[in-house]
Amino acid sequence: MPKVTFIEFDGTAHEVDVPAGGSVMEAAVSNNVPGIDADCGGACACATCHVFVNEAWMDKVGERGDMEQSMLDFAENVRSTSRLSCQIVLTDELDGLVVDMPEAQH
Amino acid sequence: MSQAAAIDQQRVTDTQNAEAWRDPWSLPLESLDPARAILFKENVHEEYFRRLRQEDPVHYTAESEFGAYWSITKYNDIVAVDSNHKIFSSHKNIVVGDAPDEFYSPMFIAQDPPIHDVQRRAAQPAVAPTQLADLEALIRQRVCSILDDLPVGVEFNWVDRVSIELTTQMLATLFDFPFEDRHLLPYWSDVATATPSTGRSDVTFEERNKVLQECLNYFGQLWHQRKNEPRKFDFISLLAHDPETKDMLDNPMEFLGNLILLIVGGNDTTRNSISGGVIQLSRAPEQWEKLKANPALVPNMVSEIIRYQTPLAHMRRTALEDIEFQGKQIKKGDRVVMWYISGNRDEEVIDEADKFKVDRENARRHVSFGFGIHRCMGNRVAEMQLRILWEEILNRFERIEVVGEPERVLSNFVLGYTRLPVVLHAK
Repeated sequence: MPKVTFIEFDGTAHEVDVPAGGSVMEAAVSNNVPGIDADCGGACACATCHVFVNEAWMDKVGERGDMEQSMLDFAENVRSTSRLSCQIVLTDELDGLVVDMPEAQH
Repeated sequence: MSQAAAIDQQRVTDTQNAEAWRDPWSLPLESLDPARAILFKENVHEEYFRRLRQEDPVHYTAESEFGAYWSITKYNDIVAVDSNHKIFSSHKNIVVGDAPDEFYSPMFIAQDPPIHDVQRRAAQPAVAPTQLADLEALIRQRVCSILDDLPVGVEFNWVDRVSIELTTQMLATLFDFPFEDRHLLPYWSDVATATPSTGRSDVTFEERNKVLQECLNYFGQLWHQRKNEPRKFDFISLLAHDPETKDMLDNPMEFLGNLILLIVGGNDTTRNSISGGVIQLSRAPEQWEKLKANPALVPNMVSEIIRYQTPLAHMRRTALEDIEFQGKQIKKGDRVVMWYISGNRDEEVIDEADKFKVDRENARRHVSFGFGIHRCMGNRVAEMQLRILWEEILNRFERIEVVGEPERVLSNFVLGYTRLPVVLHAK
């Protein structure tokens, strides 16, 4: 089971074990990690599951998709490491993934 | 049967037929036309959508006053259409009826990328999180002042005294509009939405144009003033200073279109959610008790109010190419109506969808704001206004009693109220 660490804006870290195959967003929501709204439930249609992928993991998580890019165009405080966490599927290769969370999802 | 008796019998039959539209289960499925504005005014639309969700979730109405159109009625299908902007276009028309070409005013909600993107980005900072944080104290002060002025123990119209007044003050702030003239904003908003294209024939397109010309002139002056001042975070200043939109005034219809969008977007929607919340809580006294016992439920309840009310019943797209969707063949050029009010009652996605529950799990999972690139830009402003309002209501009143039947708007687009008689009970 891949481990994911979510770091809140204030520095609080949450380490969770999740089955491979689900998304990073689902990993947060199913473990009650605060700070991920995920209003659309994972359809890449609301940009309320925004995270910053730790630099060391950027190569492994893949590229933003077209729709994801469109949604990030209207999100706040977007950086080069910004991703919508519903669009990152967890694999064993991503075991140990670290993501930072923005101050708010809006 | 005597002739007189026969005529009487015919009258009864005619009346029954004339009233048949109230019960969609009595009509042939293929004839169902859920876009008739009267269904919403008379509050009989819910059964139409229940039947469509069950029997024909992607439904084709071949003939209606708006022409032929598809109805998308299930939650997940709405999300799919709303987030597929490459096939389901917003260009020109976002309500079921087409606006006549001579009155066409472009606005970014009714555009596709790239025009939509640059104009939305220009306006968005007015409702960005940092702005909202600065506005919270001001909104609370205004909410308190509106509530403190209300009579206790005497009937009054909640729509006028609270819903309209609060949203109008907020709109004036977002535009930095002269405060003493603020009542022009809901007036223009009402005229802008009262068109035959949403089933409201009380204002003709000609009359609408005349009034909106006044709106355009007023804002034109504000534009010139803001352009010559440093950039601020109100809508007009932002548009006048953004490199992508700084020449918008040269295209008056486009300026007007975007003004209407920002005025209507911030007006009818929040106004009717404010009224809707009062109605929903008065019908579910156990929910009011639950809320009073735990005021921390307010933010969750705000999402539930917005789901339950669904202040905009639909958005419409136009298919840019032929596409098979849930087994139906949608053709290029077809009108595709996403019924948000139906998606928000979809029992397959929302548990006990007909019930209003202040502590609903996943209350944020509703379609009232739409999804995809056109998702409501002002959703957090709306939520903040509602949250502060209910926090302050709980501080002051034991109960808001609804003392008469609410009067509803005649529209298939704006789901709302013109009158809501209430009596306040002091704490």
